[in-house]
Amino acid sequence: MRFLFGLTVILALLLGASVSAQTEPPVTDSVADSVEVPAIPPPAPVTDLKALDTDDDHGHSVTLTWTKSVDAQTGQNTVNGHQIFRWYPAMMDSLAGVDSLKNMRQDIQRAQSANSVFRRALGVAEDALEDLTSGGRGFDALRFTVATPQDDSTFVLDRAFVEQALRDTVATMTTHLPLLPDSIKGLQASFEAAIERLTEAHQAYPEGGSWNLVGLAAKGDTSFVNSGNKDPMSGDFIKDFTDLYYRVDVVTIDETIRTESAIVGPVQSEGQWFNGGRFPVFWAVIIFGFLTMYFVSRARKGDDLYVRPLAGIEAVDDAIGRATEMGRPILYVLGLGTAADVATIASFTVLGRVAKQVAEYQTELIVPTYDPIVMSVAQEVVKSSYLDAGRPDDYKENTVFFVTNLQFAYVAAVNGIMLRELPATNIYMGKFFAESLLLAETGALAGSIQIAGTDEIAQIPFFIVACDYTLIGEELYAASAYLGREPILLGSLKAQDWAKAAVIVLGIVGLVAANLEWGFAKTFLEYFHVTN
Amino acid sequence: MKRQVPLVLVLLFGLFMIFQYFVPHESSEWVYEFLLDWIYIIGIFALALGIWSLYVVSVDKVKTRKHDWGYSYVTLAGLFGMILFGFTARHGDEWGWYLIFVACVLLTVIMSVQAMAARINKGLPLGLAGLFLLGAVLIAVFDDTWSFYFYTQEGLQSTMFRAFFDYIMMPILATIFSLLAFFIASAAYRAFRARNLLASLLLIAALIVMMRFFPYFGENVGEFIARVSSWLMNVPNLAAQRAIIIGVGLGIVATALKVILGIERGYMGKG
Repeated sequence: MRFLFGLTVILALLLGASVSAQTEPPVTDSVADSVEVPAIPPPAPVTDLKALDTDDDHGHSVTLTWTKSVDAQTGQNTVNGHQIFRWYPAMMDSLAGVDSLKNMRQDIQRAQSANSVFRRALGVAEDALEDLTSGGRGFDALRFTVATPQDDSTFVLDRAFVEQALRDTVATMTTHLPLLPDSIKGLQASFEAAIERLTEAHQAYPEGGSWNLVGLAAKGDTSFVNSGNKDPMSGDFIKDFTDLYYRVDVVTIDETIRTESAIVGPVQSEGQWFNGGRFPVFWAVIIFGFLTMYFVSRARKGDDLYVRPLAGIEAVDDAIGRATEMGRPILYVLGLGTAADVATIASFTVLGRVAKQVAEYQTELIVPTYDPIVMSVAQEVVKSSYLDAGRPDDYKENTVFFVTNLQFAYVAAVNGIMLRELPATNIYMGKFFAESLLLAETGALAGSIQIAGTDEIAQIPFFIVACDYTLIGEELYAASAYLGREPILLGSLKAQDWAKAAVIVLGIVGLVAANLEWGFAKTFLEYFHVTN
Repeated sequence: MKRQVPLVLVLLFGLFMIFQYFVPHESSEWVYEFLLDWIYIIGIFALALGIWSLYVVSVDKVKTRKHDWGYSYVTLAGLFGMILFGFTARHGDEWGWYLIFVACVLLTVIMSVQAMAARINKGLPLGLAGLFLLGAVLIAVFDDTWSFYFYTQEGLQSTMFRAFFDYIMMPILATIFSLLAFFIASAAYRAFRARNLLASLLLIAALIVMMRFFPYFGENVGEFIARVSSWLMNVPNLAAQRAIIIGVGLGIVATALKVILGIERGYMGKG
């Protein structure tokens, strides 16, 4: 046990040293001592301090609001900023060390094979011991309290105990290296037990704890959100449904001249079951969902839905025909997106159509992929298309293959394919980034017909310049419906068109409302404001 | 059944993803993070499939003697070499038999590929592959200047891994990226040819935006060009971009709904 405490002490020493290194003021000339500085009166405190659970979040967060100090703007004692303090039960102090413990455990696990980190840890322990025995300032700076899991009491470690613990630590680190990770796991377990009792400890306010600085707010601010970590083993963990107490200090340019506010609390944080800030999105999804269902059902009933032709999509058929006539392959690039990207999902559909026609025309198809999951899905898509075309025997496993998941290595590979195989048609559909122009220009140099489609705004100009046909933005998603001419898919396109019309109308109404001073106009705009 | 189960799964998880967007509670967040973890798990397994695919395609190129098939050996040597370097590291400064071990492993790979690709006389490359493998195993057993590290990260910090990554891989990638400058120039030349009214407008707009960065115009002219350039970027350009973004946003929602409701089945190979 002493060894565990010793390990904790080392951490606390390191933390204490780093804190003191950050907070100690620089040594200044002694000339300043001789100048008479008039005493600055402390500023007036902030008033109306309120603490409420933060709305529309997952919990572990409290929002503070206050009215500015009357000395916020004027006078010698003008407010320079706010410091926000939260009352920490003693157990919370020990949590701060757990993060370091976790890292140290990883270091020591690595050290078991590398030795170097272990030697460093041993060095720290030996230095701490030497510092302690030689009467150095390390121990004086140490005010470390530990909650034992056996009882709730906290105690300050005495010098003899720390010294013995450090000796034990050095001895154990030297002789029982393999045991270290387990020992630290034991220490972590005792911290976990302490966390279980945090609620109880919070209720002991104002006994057995201290005020800790949790954040700063600028001098003009009147609110602060104290967002804690949701990981119980993290130093800034805020436990939900636990009484929390806050105070806000106003500080002047001289941080020692400050005024504390009244203490606010208890307040409890908790997670919400609905994010009210997202109501506009919620209604938009509902309305758009209904629109889609409505037009799909109309399409199912056989209504004739007109959709304007897109040159880029119509060119796909011609491009495949051209490749067949020339006896050259078709290169299909799915981009750098993952299978979770909607652009890639849309691209799968287009790939299916292209593969079906390729199978019918008995042309060669090359699909180099960037992501292994995309490769697996694309293989299935192409295989099914060959099956649908009635030519399952023509399908080759190597049609769709993985190249690499390094962006420019992928470019090099695909460009190499273009220059070696000289495909008649290159189709780029999906998510593209900096590689778009590298691919498209090489394809243009190779003399291929090129059709591109992406929803990446920044890459669209590059494709427009270097490709023969480009599907801009949403046209990529529409491509599957256009290619198949299936009424159900066309129905969803109609819903999109209506939604766009609604967005245009709302945009114009919003523009007018934003320039009016009428109350209802502001209310109207507020309703479209999505927060969080 | 083969089609129904994936569709039901997509419906369930798709609806949950919509649900969790509106529910910030920790329980919903926990399920969301749990599901996202599956992406990593599936990704790791898929990577094995990807490596296998790359291996098969490379061997096939050698086998069929496709154009520039020799580069496939470089690909395979790079693939297996980096895997090897990532799992091994020296204990100290001595190299021992390490480099010979690496050479033996790579030669084993090359010889086994040769054996797979050969139509006749497979015995010689197979025998050599076996010989090199034996050499590699003997060195691994008896040479104590280096070790395998499967559970820790020493290999990723090893001299060979770092050297190949920092001094070969990165410069090559940077070279490919730097080609973009030349491609932009050639693409710009093609885009800015004043063939019709719209192309001429594009040329003029582009010239104004480019001239913004010319430092020798003097204060008045420079400021005027900067203002015109800012207007071009912030008004017509941004308006067009936002129109596309709105379209993309609606398209994403529509596609997602189609996928969730099972209308769009292209990702399953059924359009």
